[in-house]
Amino acid sequence: MAKITGDIVIDIERCKGCEVCTTACPQEVIAMSKEVNSKGYNYAIKVNANCIGCANCAVVCPDGVITVYRAKV
Amino acid sequence: MKELKLMKGNEAFAEAAIRAGVDGYFGYPITPQSEVLEYLMAQKPYEQTGMVVLQAESEVAAINMVYGGAACGKKVVTSSSSPGISLKMEGISYLAGAELPAVILNVVRGGPGLGTIQPSQSDYFQATKGGGHGDYRLIVLAPASVQEMADFVGLGFDLAFKYRTPVMVLSDGVIGQMMEKVELEPQVTRRTNEEVAAQCPWATTGRPVNGPHRIITSLELDSAKQEIHNHKLQNKYKEIEEQETRFETIGCDDADYLFVAFGSSARICQKAVQIARAKGIKVGLLRPITLFPFPSKAIDSYSKQVKGILTVEMNAGQMVEDVMLAVNGKVKVAHFGRFGGIIPTPDEVVKALETKIIGG
Amino acid sequence: MVETFDKPEIRTPENLVYSKTKVLTDNVLSYCPGCGHGTTHRLVAEVIEEMGIQNNTIGVAPVGCSVLAYNFFDIDMQQAAHGRAPALATAIKRLLPERFVFTYQGDGDLAAIGTAETIHACNRGENIVIIFVNNGIYGMTGGQMAPTTLPGMPTSTSPYGRDTQIMGNPLKITELVAQLPGTYMVTRQAVHTPAAVRKAKKAIRQAFENQILNKGVSFVEVVSNCNSGWKLPPVKANEWMVNHMFPFYPLGDIKINGEMVK
Repeated sequence: MAKITGDIVIDIERCKGCEVCTTACPQEVIAMSKEVNSKGYNYAIKVNANCIGCANCAVVCPDGVITVYRAKV
Repeated sequence: MKELKLMKGNEAFAEAAIRAGVDGYFGYPITPQSEVLEYLMAQKPYEQTGMVVLQAESEVAAINMVYGGAACGKKVVTSSSSPGISLKMEGISYLAGAELPAVILNVVRGGPGLGTIQPSQSDYFQATKGGGHGDYRLIVLAPASVQEMADFVGLGFDLAFKYRTPVMVLSDGVIGQMMEKVELEPQVTRRTNEEVAAQCPWATTGRPVNGPHRIITSLELDSAKQEIHNHKLQNKYKEIEEQETRFETIGCDDADYLFVAFGSSARICQKAVQIARAKGIKVGLLRPITLFPFPSKAIDSYSKQVKGILTVEMNAGQMVEDVMLAVNGKVKVAHFGRFGGIIPTPDEVVKALETKIIGG
Repeated sequence: MVETFDKPEIRTPENLVYSKTKVLTDNVLSYCPGCGHGTTHRLVAEVIEEMGIQNNTIGVAPVGCSVLAYNFFDIDMQQAAHGRAPALATAIKRLLPERFVFTYQGDGDLAAIGTAETIHACNRGENIVIIFVNNGIYGMTGGQMAPTTLPGMPTSTSPYGRDTQIMGNPLKITELVAQLPGTYMVTRQAVHTPAAVRKAKKAIRQAFENQILNKGVSFVEVVSNCNSGWKLPPVKANEWMVNHMFPFYPLGDIKINGEMVK
């Protein structure tokens, strides 16, 4: 059976650190960085490799900073 | 083919709008200008030229419909009378700020407040000095006949599009309501969307495929940019003052005295000139056709020739301030006015000349 | 070396499932972190992209937080005086009937100062889309009471909570416009969860498609958050919205295809 894997690319400079994506992710892939971007926001980062490419994070992101890929492996 | 008709001033304005190929009229009833909307609704130009005619829910909505249409590069008109024009002032300021062309007719009635439905010229300050907020000017055309009510639609749009600025036709209840013969221009075909796009590349008609998108706004949060925008507007108004000042003189060549009057007051002064001259008083009339730009230079050119200037206005003394500024103390200037809807008689005007200027 | 959990091998065009729509510009949105305006912008832009109407749509921005919407949508846009967006849209659509026309307005703009323009555009049945973002507060001016502020809800001009005896009642303008014969579709949506966002997008798509039918106003309310005005972090604000806003402003379709939903 084909397994689904995914990946997200976060535009950390545009991320405002609202954390809405963290609650939307069913795989608990996203958390907030300890570092801040040039605007002073803690930004979204991946904390594991469990992404399935469901795009929930991107769908709720108010600033459209997340690009999502999904592949069968 | 030009056509000769007997019409009310308000009707002539409406008919001229149809014939000028106007794309949209948005209005709201108020005396003494309701005939504009009534005439258009009766003529149904939307069936002939495709011109949109809509009775809005308020003057505020109507002027903002004008904003929306003007921002699409369309020829759009609204009309109202004094209290309604006050309501439109916000929108007019936005039109000026966003540099949108439009023609706005004010058939002035007496104020302040709800005032009277009778004719007045008490909106001179409002029309020429701003009225709405911010540093802006309107081109203000003052018709003195039914003919000019018709002619100033076309002239108004020529100027509005040339300078990307709103134009006000400052009429009054006399000119709007009276019937006169009027020679109407032949029907002009409304511009196609392609012609509008070519004439108005700034207009929001749908983003060009290769961009960029167009934005119509009067907002600029960066003060440095807003100041640049204000300079641009002021330079435009300066150019308008240099290029577009219009006035008419009657009996001024040998005049010892000068009437300065616009609109229906100028018509009364024409008769007053005849009465005074029959009495041996050599008086002429200078009639500003544009109130902004004001014919200051022309008026000043008479300051060495004449012994005094009387402004005749159906208000408590408004244009007189611009006449005083024009001559800057070089010659005596006085104001004669009736207001509250009272129209002065030519005899009253001559008497005022005698008491305020000649004997004053 | 920090673990990035990147999978560069799957980042190929054929595996791309989501990226920011090209109908939004690259300008950084001026909204606060977590604000539903950004999500709502994105949905409108995605619908415009998917319908292929980027060059055939004219939008009207309001006064309020979304006053700069014209900097974010890569389409022709006009900025309206406060509350007057439906008047602009009326003229645009009547003068350019083949264009798609929408207004994007907040609750102060649409339901207070612009009530007359809203109701009359809806009652005339103007063939436009109205996107109405309701967060129960004036965000841009600093969190003042809005026509939609809930009873008891504190704002900077109702610091002890909205006392309806003194300050009047919140206005359910969406239910109100649904009663008018000129509205063809009236719905209330939200954008706080993936499921809500997907549903809201369908509603916005339907609203834009309705313009082809020429049957009147399609009115989409998006109940949203105002993290700054509510003085809550975004995730908490969304919870507060679910617990307080939704009971008063229940989500769902109110009028579909010109018929009230029972």
